[in-house]
Amino acid sequence: MFARARDSDLAYDFFHAPVAMAAALIGLVLILAAFLAPWIAPHNPMDVASLSLMDSFKPPIGMDGADWSNPLGTDNQGRDVLSAIMYGLRVSLTAGLLSVLFAIVTGIVIGLLAGYAGGLTDAVLMRIADVQLTFPSILTALLVDGVITAVLPRTMRDALQLYVIIFAIGISLWPSFARTVRGSTLVERNKDYVLAARVIGVPSWKIMLRHVLPNVTGPVLVIGTLSLGLAVIAEATLSFLGVGLPPTQPSLGTLIRFGDDFLFSGQWWVTVFPGLTLIVLVLAINLLGDWLRDALNPRLR
Amino acid sequence: MFGFIASRLLQAIPVLLVVGFIAFALFAYVGDPVNMLLGQDHTEAQRLALVRQLGLDQPFFVQYGRFLCAALHGDFGISYRLAQPVGALLAERLPATLELAVTASVLAFAIGVPMGVYTGIHRDTLVSRLFMTGSLVGVSLPTFLLGILLILVFSVWLGWLPSFGRGPVVHIGRWWTTGFASWAAIRCLILPAITLGLFQMTLIMRLVRAEMLEVLRADYIKFARARGLTRRSIDFGHALKNTLVPVITIIGLQFGGIVAFSLVTETVFQWPGMGLLLVQSVAAADIPVLSAYLLLIALVFVLINLAVDLLYYAVDPRLRSRR
Repeated sequence: MFARARDSDLAYDFFHAPVAMAAALIGLVLILAAFLAPWIAPHNPMDVASLSLMDSFKPPIGMDGADWSNPLGTDNQGRDVLSAIMYGLRVSLTAGLLSVLFAIVTGIVIGLLAGYAGGLTDAVLMRIADVQLTFPSILTALLVDGVITAVLPRTMRDALQLYVIIFAIGISLWPSFARTVRGSTLVERNKDYVLAARVIGVPSWKIMLRHVLPNVTGPVLVIGTLSLGLAVIAEATLSFLGVGLPPTQPSLGTLIRFGDDFLFSGQWWVTVFPGLTLIVLVLAINLLGDWLRDALNPRLR
Repeated sequence: MFGFIASRLLQAIPVLLVVGFIAFALFAYVGDPVNMLLGQDHTEAQRLALVRQLGLDQPFFVQYGRFLCAALHGDFGISYRLAQPVGALLAERLPATLELAVTASVLAFAIGVPMGVYTGIHRDTLVSRLFMTGSLVGVSLPTFLLGILLILVFSVWLGWLPSFGRGPVVHIGRWWTTGFASWAAIRCLILPAITLGLFQMTLIMRLVRAEMLEVLRADYIKFARARGLTRRSIDFGHALKNTLVPVITIIGLQFGGIVAFSLVTETVFQWPGMGLLLVQSVAAADIPVLSAYLLLIALVFVLINLAVDLLYYAVDPRLRSRR
């Protein structure tokens, strides 16, 4: 299995694309930093007892009054910015990955259904996808989020907010998956091997899952990677607007929003470092997505 | 031609009805207007009277019809948060959003097209590579972060430009306010317009570049070269002209995106437009404003799609012969 992966075209392509390798490396470092945060972060930003106002607004290394216990400085409550970024990255990545996963599953189910069933089902489902595609995803996510928040009882809002965000962003991203899957399904549906499977009485759902679905993994992977960048930006934007995750679960977007208040009093590092982390994360994801698209599309070689 | 427009219009009506239905369902079932209006102390008779007065005892579809009818007359109810008519609230903020969106689009077009043409013609120069790398960063840069960084550099550090608000505006007629009348207000417009326009600019640049590369390979360009035409006349007269059709389409479609994304820009710069109103309404669960915005934005998108379809029709002769 490992040898097969190592000798594949994709791996060959990868090890000859320095940009993709650099992006993958940076992405890996960020993912590790995020998920190992409880063990490797210098401080625990969630632990209120360890915070001291004496430490507030320490500048980052390179400026007067900085020291190595807070390499990127501290915020207004003396919270270590580096540790806050690592924990925030965790929340951002979790929300982004889960919403893309949700969008992929929804998109695949709807795409398979539309492509395989055809007729009216197909027309209605694809018309919905078309209408939604013309609608910017951030707007869809914001409206879905606003409506669900309004429906939920006040006491449950904070606890469920992460799932609401995942649902709202996932819903805003499904149409591109559904369209791709539908396209491939239409092509595969009439091929001889699918007809043969049908003749020997394989049930429709099994044909869809076992025979049609494997053909769409490539494009779904590409759109999934590019969508992950969009999802991370969407989550950060919603949190920045103050309608995303609650302050008890600060993501990168929340950190940027908090830091925004101190821009004019000179403490730029509270907002700039989470911001740079976000840019680097999204850039790495987009570069990987671009490379994957070119590598899986032989036409462009 | 007429049949084409009519069929497009007919297709738009169900979309609007469905969105209207969602907006109405929100309006009707989220929150209880009777409790909100009556407050704590009331008798059962007062409650029933109010229910009858608001028409809430009518069947569902009668209420839906009334809602649509009122919406067509610009009556979207009263905002829970601001206690003002929603229609007037939106109308008051529309000019600010439109001026920002149009400025950003013009900026994106005026800078993006020349950059795209340049990178298309001179593929491998250093400047082209710089533009391409820059455009990838531009795509990865979230709008709100760009706004914050611009404020940090140009307002906080350099102190050149104001960081929030719309500056002094001038009223034109009853409904319109403009910020183009004074230098102070134009200064306020610069940073938000760049923030909003940068993403579109990179998009336009990449699109023009891709189209230019495609067109420059075509036979008629080779032929024009063989005829000994000047490079300028080939690049701009023959090539660019043919790339602009898809570009104009995309810009048209993107205008809706700009209006939507303006909500982020407006929040960063505290720009008093519709987007800021929407964000504040979402945070406060102000359903009448949400449903009115939903209807309005659906209408805008339907109109934009219709305009783009018509543009296709006017530009692409194949569409005309097929029907």
